[in-house]
Amino acid sequence: MSSEAFEATRTGYGRGLLAAGKKNENIVSLEADLGASCKTAEFKTEFPERSFNLGISEQDMICTAAGMAAEGKIAFAATFSIFTERAFEQIRNSVARQNLDVKIMGSHSGLHTGEDGSSAQTVEDISIYRTLPNMNVVVPADFVEGEAATLAAAETSGPFYLRFGRNKTPVIYDENYKFELGKGSILKDGSDITIIACGVLVSESLKAAEILEKDGISARVVNMSSIKPIDSELIEKCANETELIVTAEDHSIIGGLGSAVAEVLSERRPTRLVRIGVQDVFGESGSPEELYKKYGLDAESISEKLKEEVK
Amino acid sequence: MEIDALKEKARQVRRDIVQMVYDAKCGHPGGSLSAVELLCSLYYNAAKVNPKNPKDESRDRIIYSKGHACPALYAILGDLGFFPKSEFKKFRKLGGLLQGHSDIAVPGVEMSAGSLGMGLSFAHGMALARDIDRKNHYVYAFLGDGECQEGQVWEAAMTAGSMKTRNFIAIIDRNQIQNDDFVKKTKDLSPLVEKWKAFNWHTIKVENGHDFEEILSALEDAKKLDGPVAIIANTRKGYGVSFMELNPKFHGMAPSDEEFKKAMEELK
Repeated sequence: MSSEAFEATRTGYGRGLLAAGKKNENIVSLEADLGASCKTAEFKTEFPERSFNLGISEQDMICTAAGMAAEGKIAFAATFSIFTERAFEQIRNSVARQNLDVKIMGSHSGLHTGEDGSSAQTVEDISIYRTLPNMNVVVPADFVEGEAATLAAAETSGPFYLRFGRNKTPVIYDENYKFELGKGSILKDGSDITIIACGVLVSESLKAAEILEKDGISARVVNMSSIKPIDSELIEKCANETELIVTAEDHSIIGGLGSAVAEVLSERRPTRLVRIGVQDVFGESGSPEELYKKYGLDAESISEKLKEEVK
Repeated sequence: MEIDALKEKARQVRRDIVQMVYDAKCGHPGGSLSAVELLCSLYYNAAKVNPKNPKDESRDRIIYSKGHACPALYAILGDLGFFPKSEFKKFRKLGGLLQGHSDIAVPGVEMSAGSLGMGLSFAHGMALARDIDRKNHYVYAFLGDGECQEGQVWEAAMTAGSMKTRNFIAIIDRNQIQNDDFVKKTKDLSPLVEKWKAFNWHTIKVENGHDFEEILSALEDAKKLDGPVAIIANTRKGYGVSFMELNPKFHGMAPSDEEFKKAMEELK
């Protein structure tokens, strides 16, 4: 990790949106009464004529964005990840099916959302969005990647689901980082096991790898922020080079990164897989740290589990 | 186009609708037949469309939200030359252009529909994009009345009413019947005109949505108003074929051989 800095990935969205808006006058920003939380304020100040608050009506927001995209705009539509799901059918039928330039920003995802409790803690969004044809799904690991992925979405045609977090998490990358859709990256090399992670679990996995190192277990950590398209070559390479593959995500173990990696492995190179994630349950209120400990997503829990797995 | 010529177009469009659904052995004749005069008024008179260049920047946008009733739309677009009429025979068939619900792959179709309630938002997005670009074309959204039971319609109505969006006209085909039964027996929309008014829309009621003079006059009035306009047009589902008229059975069913012959006889 480059520093001790902490920042929320959603702040990276705000930065990326503003930067994209400055580069391209076709960028428009839509929100549904959660603009402040989704960090669209700077874009709104700079480009008021390209900013739209649709009020508390996510279905309307998504189809309005689709209509604008049909007219050549690149429409970013931001709300909490849970409320994007309210408009799932609109996303399927109006956005994905017509392959339009709508970029859906889902903030406050996963158990890391914390005190708000299970109603907001989406643990199924990656799963549902990656099943849609044409849809790209990206889960930035930190603030820097949040900005980079937002910019990349602006410059890549087609629909995106971008998953962000509410709370500050470690900054992993430096300002020179370049995001590449469909590519995973090895953040730390290792020879015994590979932990393939996304989102907040990337920094937790890096910490877990440090703990494992002291016990003589060499863990490789891969940031698989691009869940669709996924980097099948890198997954296969890791399976060739380390004996155990582990996935780690703040999301249900059903349908998310764990499933995506399992699909690649079982077709290309059957390998033993351990899925760390939310074990088919809903969350609850608590601090992110408490929740991560209770649900086995923090560095200590990950390292403990993996020590048992490699015994 | 003169009224007599429009009436002749309407007759031919109805024949094409019945033929298409009969050939496909499935589809939605009722809501197609109710929309004929409203759609003909738009496409042949009130709206600016360009079959030679379907994506002409200056065209008016017509967003057809009741996508199940696409045979009416396809019949008109085919007649205008957006695509060859030979496609009618392949409606709903594998490899054909004309999908079972209206689809943007078809030249002249602005939005893929099929799920009700999405078209008004989509059309409004197109109107907002137009206003950013400082253009002046009209955006029309074409909805069914049963469709107005979808909450999203009222989300979009509230948005456009609140933003006072100009050159934005919704046309509601008030054909009285939805999939299962009459609208008023299912979930009554009355008073529908007052509902749109309460959402800060101008409203124009068309007493007879099969009367060209009344429809054309409503469309001309709507174009002059500042802010969003809802035209609520009373129609009869299945209009033009006696045994389909106001008969819920023909929302989504093809005529039998006998019924087909009888319908075509009536539409001579």
